Amino acid sequence: MILTEQKPIEEIIENFGKEKKIFIVGCGGCPEGAETGGIKEINKIKEGLEKAGKKITGTMSIDFLCQKALIRSRVRPRMETIEKSDAVLVLSCGLGVQASTEVLNKICYPALNTKTFGGRITGMWHGSERCDTCGDCLLEYTGGICPYTACPKQLLNGACAGQSNGKCETDPDRDCGWELIYKRLKKLGRLENLYRFIEPRNYSKMLPKEEDRKSKHWALDEEVI
Amino acid sequence: MIAKKTKFLSKFQEKLESGEFAITCEIGPPKGAEDEEIKSAGEILKGLADGVNVTDLQSSVMRLGSLTTCHILKEMGLDPIYQVTCRDRNRLALQSDILSAYVLGIKNILALTGDFTNIGDHPQAEPVFDLDSVQLLWAIKKLEEGYDLAGKELTEKPSFFKGAVVNPGADTEAALELQIIKMKKKIDQGAQFFQTQAIFDPEVFIKFMERISKMDIDIPILAGIILLKSDKMANYMNKFVPGVFVPESTSKRMAETQDKIATCLEIAAEITNAVKPYCQGVHIQALGWEKHIPALIEKIK
Repeated sequence: MILTEQKPIEEIIENFGKEKKIFIVGCGGCPEGAETGGIKEINKIKEGLEKAGKKITGTMSIDFLCQKALIRSRVRPRMETIEKSDAVLVLSCGLGVQASTEVLNKICYPALNTKTFGGRITGMWHGSERCDTCGDCLLEYTGGICPYTACPKQLLNGACAGQSNGKCETDPDRDCGWELIYKRLKKLGRLENLYRFIEPRNYSKMLPKEEDRKSKHWALDEEVI
Repeated sequence: MIAKKTKFLSKFQEKLESGEFAITCEIGPPKGAEDEEIKSAGEILKGLADGVNVTDLQSSVMRLGSLTTCHILKEMGLDPIYQVTCRDRNRLALQSDILSAYVLGIKNILALTGDFTNIGDHPQAEPVFDLDSVQLLWAIKKLEEGYDLAGKELTEKPSFFKGAVVNPGADTEAALELQIIKMKKKIDQGAQFFQTQAIFDPEVFIKFMERISKMDIDIPILAGIILLKSDKMANYMNKFVPGVFVPESTSKRMAETQDKIATCLEIAAEITNAVKPYCQGVHIQALGWEKHIPALIEKIK
């Protein structure tokens, strides 16, 4: 179980800026269980965006957005609509946003923040994406590659000078995370994102809150027993 | 001397901002509880270097601190450039050390990301990187405005001549673009001068300078010069030092020479003289050969 919470609707609208035509994808996995990304929440967010003047080109829910093969097979009939949209809004944890951006080849905005459970997560369907559960998802800025997990220094404002031939200074077999981010943003036509200044991360969000520790999501096994 | 009110915080700033060609050098603090090495290097550089960078646990190797070393050099009458990396301290410690530097009269500061911990002599250490180099400049700007990163007011504001680094030799399209974009972000957050990664191919540097001038980046840049002590060192740097590339022909000259010191200084002088028309100074890293800096400066005047 990965716990998420919805970003304030004002923040979601502000993040979009000029983008008008939005396709919405929710996740039928953890976010549905946590009541942050199921059909009900998709419809509510759709309403909010429409009120703000956005045109919703379509919505869909996919079980397990952390699984690229599932996304690929489910979106096939909707790809034309998605391609014609300006952006995609994803109601999932950071893994789902990363997997969606890669598969859809379209800028994906996170609608949710992934909350910490006091450890890093890999998803229901273990893929190559990693989420740091930072509680402040900014995956649209980096084109769906998490700078916290792709860069060992967790740099937020671009690469250090330590790369060599696209590889990281910490390990010659490891890709430089920012090199990957650059290539992805170039492919998505979003290189201008790189000029944005990102303020330091808020680490106070890395302490699990009492309300989460007391929730049914904290330790499912105890619930079952 | 009569204390004159000036807009310059340091002699180094005055030199750069009055458009003169500046020479900075570098001192790496010793691994031990002593200041002899620093003082003898300081004696050599006094009157020759317009600014002296003091590295902050370079290559992630534990040593005497940058702040203390800057203080010693300042007392000796040199103009230190306090290098601060983000690797070892979180935002509380960084802000605190920056305030301390100001109180000690250290007015030049160079903001860096820092090498990762696993390349140094304490690979087990926790890498901090609470801030990145752009955010560090932003933090310094906030302090100068009289507030800390939590928005709390300071009793007195510091003021610094702030620098940053850039690597003109980044070896992929993405890496070079990222370097240039980050350079722009650093300027936006208050960087007033740049020092570059070591240059061995002047053409690479000149191309870089032409590129950034097209982007309307107009800021003092000091080209990095490393004293190449041997062909072995060239091979080592090509293999292990990211962003540094020593051409085969340069390395060959060091392999074939009978007088390593003379050839080393000749190479450094040639590079300096080639880049001189395009930049505002050079940053010389002698890596222990400080005693040869006076002879080099003689050649590049």
